[in-house]
Amino acid sequence: MNRIALQMLTGDRAKYAGIIMGIAFASLLITQQMSIFVGLMTRTFSTISDLGQAEIWVTDPKVQFIDDVKPLAETKLLRVRGVNGVEWAVPLYKGLLKARLPSGAFQTCNVMGLDDATLIGGPPEMVAGTIQDLRRAEGVIVDEVGARTRLAKPPARPGEPATPLTVGDTLELNDQRAVVVGICRVSRTFQSQPVIYTTYSRARRFAPRERKQLSFILAKAKPGVDPAELCARIEADTGLSAFQARDFQFKTVRYYLKYTGIPINFGMSVVLGFLVGTAIAGQTFYNFTLENLRQFGALKAMGASTWSILRMILLQALFVGLVGYGIGIGLAALFGRATRGTELAFRMLPQLLGITALAVVLICILASMLSILKVIRLEPAIVFKS
Amino acid sequence: MQIASQLAVVCRDIHKTYVTGSTRTAALRGVELEVRAGELLMLVGPSGCGKTTLISVMAGILNQDQGDCRVFGENLLAMRATQRTRFRGQNVGFVFQAHNLLPALTARENAAVPLLILGVKRAEALRRAEHFLELVGIPEKAHVRPAQLSGGQQQRVAIARALVHSPRLIVCDEPTSALDHVTGQKVIELLRQVALDGERALVIVTHDQRIFPYANRIAAMDDGRIEHIAEQTPLAVSQSLARPLEP
Ligand SMILES: Nc1ncnc2c1ncn2[C@@H]1O[C@H](COP(=O)(O)OP(=O)(O)OP(=O)(O)O)[C@@H](O)[C@H]1O
Ligand SMILES: [Mg+2]
Repeated sequence: MNRIALQMLTGDRAKYAGIIMGIAFASLLITQQMSIFVGLMTRTFSTISDLGQAEIWVTDPKVQFIDDVKPLAETKLLRVRGVNGVEWAVPLYKGLLKARLPSGAFQTCNVMGLDDATLIGGPPEMVAGTIQDLRRAEGVIVDEVGARTRLAKPPARPGEPATPLTVGDTLELNDQRAVVVGICRVSRTFQSQPVIYTTYSRARRFAPRERKQLSFILAKAKPGVDPAELCARIEADTGLSAFQARDFQFKTVRYYLKYTGIPINFGMSVVLGFLVGTAIAGQTFYNFTLENLRQFGALKAMGASTWSILRMILLQALFVGLVGYGIGIGLAALFGRATRGTELAFRMLPQLLGITALAVVLICILASMLSILKVIRLEPAIVFKS
Repeated sequence: MQIASQLAVVCRDIHKTYVTGSTRTAALRGVELEVRAGELLMLVGPSGCGKTTLISVMAGILNQDQGDCRVFGENLLAMRATQRTRFRGQNVGFVFQAHNLLPALTARENAAVPLLILGVKRAEALRRAEHFLELVGIPEKAHVRPAQLSGGQQQRVAIARALVHSPRLIVCDEPTSALDHVTGQKVIELLRQVALDGERALVIVTHDQRIFPYANRIAAMDDGRIEHIAEQTPLAVSQSLARPLEP
C-alpha cells in the first residue's frame, strides 16, 4: 500500500511538482530569513568575536552592549592588573571619530586604540602591511571595505570608480594627520562604519579631550584560573563589570533583540514565510487528497482500513515534505553561497535547519490533517456515485 | 442444484433514509430479496428507486437504518467497522460504473489492489493479477495505465480486479452503461462466463435492457421496494468469447 501511495503521488507530475515547490519555497523562505537574522545578530558582536585574544572584557557597570562605550578612569587598569589570577590586562580605546578625507569630506569611523606595548586587540587578518607597522609615527590601519568604499579617494577623472585608500595615503582624524600603514580585513559590524586601528596613546590624541578615555579593559586569566570566577573577582575588587567574551556577545545580542525592532520585523517575515508556505503546500496537498477522495473511497470499499489510508496520506505528506525540505534548504545554501562576500548578512547555522525541518513537519501535519479529516468521514459508498 | 439453492444474500425488510440537512429521502422502504449462490441477479428499475443504495447495503459499504441483511450468513450491521472492512476485503468484489481504477497504476497493479489490501506479497499479487487479465482477454495491457485503455478495456481491468481475490459476492453498478452496445455485451458475457463460478453470486444493477437475457433472475425495483422477480433461462455465452477456465 505504501508503494501505491507513492505512485498516486508521483503519478501526476504537474501536481506533484506543485506540492514539492510549495514546501521547497516555504523551507527556502524560512531558512533564508532566519539565516539573515542570525547573520545580522552575529554582526552586532563582531567587534568582540574579532578580538579573539581577549578572554575577559571589563566595562563600566552601566554598559549594555559593545557599542555602548562608557569610559573608565585610567587608574582602573592598574586595579584590574592587581586582581589575583589576572595574567595580563590591557586598555582598549573604542570610539567614533570623524575622519577628514583627502576630498575634504567627513566620515565617521570606528577607531580602535590598541595597547601601545602589546598591540593586543588588533584586526584578525592583515591584507597589506603588518600590525607592527602601527609603531610608526602617525600610523593607522584601515579596514579593507572602508578603504574601498567610504574612505576611498575621489576618482582621477569624473565617471571613473573611486580609488581605494592604500598604504601611504593620509587622512585627518580630528585635525591630526594620520598615515595609512596597513589594510586589514574585519568582520562586518552592524553599523558598518569603516574601522581604523591605531595605538591607544595615538587614539587618545585623536579623540576629543575628555576626563576619561579608557573604553574597555581586556584581560586574560592565568593558566588554571577559571575565567568565570576571575570575572566575579574582578567585579568584587574593582566595582566594574567583567564578562567572558561569549557572555558579552550574548549581552550585546540581547540588547539588540530587546531594544531594536529587528526581531519583530524578522520574526514577521519568518512567520510570513511559514504561512505562505503552509498555504501553498497545504492547499495543493489538500486539493490533491480531495481529487483522490474517490480513489481512497474505492480502496476503502475494497477492504482497506481507514488507518491504512491514513498511513498512505501521512506517507505522501512525509515524502513531499522531505523532498521539498531538501530542495528548499539546498536553495537556501546556494543563496548563501551566491551572496557570500556581499553586504548581505547570511549565517546558516545547523540549528536553523532543525527549526526549518520542524516547520516543514508542522506544515505537512497541518496540510494532511484536513485531508485526514475528510478521509475519516469518507463513506465508501461514494464509489457508486457517478 | 444443491449449490444454487444456497443463499448468498438475504435481505429482510431493509429500510434506508438519507438525511441531508432538513430533507429526508426514503431510498429503501422494506426491501425483501434473496440472492442465490451461483446466480446472476439483475436489479432493474427507474432512476432513483434505490438500486445503488440496495447493493451498497448488500456489499457492506452502507448501513441500513432498519431490517436485517445477511451476507453468507453474516450480519454485517452487527460487526465492528474494522471487521466489516475485512469481511468486504475478503468476500466482496466491486465493478463500478465509473470504473474507479487508480490512474497512476498500471492495469496489472490495479487488478492486484484487492490482494495488496489483503496483505498478499506484491510479486504474488501481480502474478495473480496477470492471470486474471489474461482471463478477461487483455494480457497484453498489463503494463498500460488506465488513461491509455479504451472504456471497454478499462472495464475489463475492473472485472479482473473484482475477481482477483476470489470473492463470493460480486456487485456491479451499471457496468455497461458507459460502453457501446457491442462492448457492453462483451463485458456482460465476460462477467457471466468468468465471474459466475461455483457458488459465487453476481448482482448487477442495470438500465441496459440488451443485457437482460444474460440474467438468471431479474428483480424489478420501484420506489424503494422489490416489485417482482422474474426467473428465466439465461442466454448462452457466445462461443467466440469462451475461454478455458483455469484455477
Ligand atoms: N448520499 C445520498 N444522500 C442523499 N440522498 C441520496 C444519496 N444517495 C442517494 N440518494 C437518494 O436516494 C434515492 C435512491 O438513490 P439510488 O442512488 O439508490 O437510486 P438508483 O436506483 O441507483 O438510481 P439511478 O438509476 O439513477 O442510479 C434517490 O432519490 C437519491 O436521490
Ligand atoms: Mg444508481
